[in-house]
Amino acid sequence: MSASEKKKFLYINRKAPYGTIYALESLEVVLIGAAFEQDVALAFLDDGVYQLADGQATSGVGMKNFSKTYRALGDYEVRKLYVEKESLEERGLTLENLMPITYEDENEDYAEKPSIFLVGRAEIANLIAQSDVVLSF
Amino acid sequence: MKFAVVVNEGPYTHQASDSALNFVRAALEKGHEIFRVFFYHDGVNNGTRYTVPPQDDRNLQRLWSEIGLTKNVDLVVCIAAAQRRGILDANEAKRQGKDGDNIAPGFRISGLGQLIEAGIQADRLVVFGD
Repeated sequence: MSASEKKKFLYINRKAPYGTIYALESLEVVLIGAAFEQDVALAFLDDGVYQLADGQATSGVGMKNFSKTYRALGDYEVRKLYVEKESLEERGLTLENLMPITYEDENEDYAEKPSIFLVGRAEIANLIAQSDVVLSF
Repeated sequence: MKFAVVVNEGPYTHQASDSALNFVRAALEKGHEIFRVFFYHDGVNNGTRYTVPPQDDRNLQRLWSEIGLTKNVDLVVCIAAAQRRGILDANEAKRQGKDGDNIAPGFRISGLGQLIEAGIQADRLVVFGD
C-alpha cells in the first residue's frame, strides 16, 4: 500500500459512556485521527450503544457530558456511525432513543443526512474484516 | 512484517502489558519490525519509573525500558492520557509547573497523532487491552 493511499480505520466502541474513560478517550482519538484524512468509520456495540443515547445528563455523577461531540463528528468528515441492531434491542432501545446525528453533504447543496446506520451483527463482522486498522475501546 | 502495538491497560492490574511485551519480544525474535508501541488509557502507567514492585515479581516498567533501549523500539506514551494520570517528562513538568518528572528511560511522551501514524505505516496494528 502506497503512502498516499487511504486506509480504512474502524473504531469499535463497546463500553457505556461514563462508567469508564474508554468512550471519552476513544472520541479523542477519532478527533485527532480526522486530521490524517483516512477512511473512518465508527461502530457501536454492546453497552457502547449508550454512548449515542439522547438526553444524557451527567451532573449527578459529576462528569463532563461529552455527548455533544458525537453530533459534531460530521464537521470532522466522520460520517459513518454503525450501530449494532442486536445490541440496541438487547437493551430495549430503538433508533428513536439515540441522538439525531447528521452531516452536511457538500455534493448535494449541504443537505443534512443521517450519519447513523443500523446494522446487524453479521454486518459488523464484515465491517471489521474489511477494515485495515481496527481500534477497539 | 511491520507491526504497531497499542497497550491500553496499566501494569499488574491487567495482563495486557505482559502480553504486549511477550508479543513484541516474539516478533523481534522472528525478525519482524516493531514500528512503535503506543501506550494509551491506563497503559501510560507502564511508563513511570517510580513503580517499585516486589522483588520476586517482574518489573514491567524495567522490562519495557530494556526493550526500548536495547532493541531500539519506539515507546510512546500519549500526552493527553499521561497528563490525566500524572505521567510527566522533564519538559512537561516544567511547562505544567510540577516539581518533578517520572517518565521511565526509553519512553517518550507525544500526541495521539503517533497512534494514527502507526496505524497508517504498519502492516498490522495489534491492540492489547479489554
